[in-house]
Amino acid sequence: MQRVLIFLIAAWSGFFVMAIELLSGRILAPNFGNSIYVWGGVITVFMLALSIGYLLGGRWSLHHPSLPRLALLLMLGAASAIPVILLGDGMLDWVFDQVPDPRYGSLLAATVFFFIPTAIAGMVSPYAVRLLVQHPDSSGHFAGLLYFFSTFGSAAGTILTSFYLVLYFEINQILSGLIGISLLLGLVATFIGNRENAPGR
Amino acid sequence: MRLVASFKTLFALFASLMATSSSANNIIHTEKSLYRNIIIYEEGDQRCMSFSQRDQSARQTCKSLSDPNAFVFTYTKMMMGALYLNPNPRKVLIIGLGGGVLPLALAAMYPETAIDIVEIDPAVVKVAQQFFGFNPGPKIRIIEEDGRVFAKRAGKAGQHYDLIMLDAFDHQYIPEHLLTQEFLLEIKNLLTSDGVLAANTFSTSRLYDHESTTYQSVFGAFYNLRVQYKNRIILVKLDGLPNRDVLERNAAALEEKLRPLGFGRDWLLPLFSTDPDWKPDARILTDQYSPSNLLNSAL
Repeated sequence: MQRVLIFLIAAWSGFFVMAIELLSGRILAPNFGNSIYVWGGVITVFMLALSIGYLLGGRWSLHHPSLPRLALLLMLGAASAIPVILLGDGMLDWVFDQVPDPRYGSLLAATVFFFIPTAIAGMVSPYAVRLLVQHPDSSGHFAGLLYFFSTFGSAAGTILTSFYLVLYFEINQILSGLIGISLLLGLVATFIGNRENAPGR
Repeated sequence: MRLVASFKTLFALFASLMATSSSANNIIHTEKSLYRNIIIYEEGDQRCMSFSQRDQSARQTCKSLSDPNAFVFTYTKMMMGALYLNPNPRKVLIIGLGGGVLPLALAAMYPETAIDIVEIDPAVVKVAQQFFGFNPGPKIRIIEEDGRVFAKRAGKAGQHYDLIMLDAFDHQYIPEHLLTQEFLLEIKNLLTSDGVLAANTFSTSRLYDHESTTYQSVFGAFYNLRVQYKNRIILVKLDGLPNRDVLERNAAALEEKLRPLGFGRDWLLPLFSTDPDWKPDARILTDQYSPSNLLNSAL
């Protein structure tokens, strides 16, 4: 059960990151346009955040790794995306006024909004590998499985968001849905993790 | 054996490449820009700029070689219908340069008028100058920038225009952030109190309904010009649409000035319609909901 949840969290985390990344282009366009450098800035920020997230996630997995803590990462990542909904336009307007060059404006705005949620999402994968691997012999197997689920989730998040979700929902509705599902999945994993690890079992 | 087969494949590929280039031997320039492929070709009496090699309807601009002043495209003629609403623009904003046909015509008609042109693609600016005789005079300013970014900044700086032309769409791709209620509000904010907006749009699909309700939500009633359900021009005046009498009076006064462009009021005036021929309950496009290209490609 725990193992299924770990894979599910990794897949959902991949979905979450790519859905947010696609929407971020939309969110920035009214202030910074749709030029190639806006996408360049967005992708840079997401890649940088993921790379640092991997580093931190691996580090954190050294100390008392557990499913509830993995769930906590998922929920923190989701919660840190809430300001995008609440502060959205005001914050973007502020950056627009401060930074005249739309290249650095979009880079700054993408950093402010998306660096922390993406970095925390990046922590999920290495942390999950630690939870899955019991023996060095199977470490590659589990790492492969985890990459599969996480990247498959990313692909699903990309196509569902760009082909369908934007056709039916507003950006903030999609964001709220993504955050809601993350929190829900995190709560379920916390509950199950605590129950299965409870003393006496 | 395998080697021979792959040579054959290679040869077939090469032959088909040759065929493509020879069937299009009137191409005089191609260029890959950051945003698209730009192809300049000549056909008969016309020189055209296209963003797609195969597709004739992807032509962005055409110019008659024998009569360079005359408009080739129907949509540019309809865009000039904006002058029937305001026959004396003094400050003009054009978003989307193309071959520069509209600004050149306006500059010829109104030498004292200041024209700002916003074009996102530097390569289009270069090509317009090289191949379409677009030589901006002192009253013309070209800004290489995203139209939305320009509009926002110009609005914050308190700038105003008495004629704005939106010409940033084509049938293949719509910049979605230039077709939302918020963007149109920013454009509205840039108009003088009696300013006129002319928008060239491309919807033949169900996007037509959404586009219509979106414009209506910002500007109220507008004149709608359509030809053969292809191009569609929206004309708006901020202090209210002038009635037929005013249109006819302005049209008569402009008749001589517009004649070199190759059309007159007998053709243009009957196209003015206020008929709402769209679904009134189509969802309004906003920055939060703007799947314009999906709506345009869906049936």
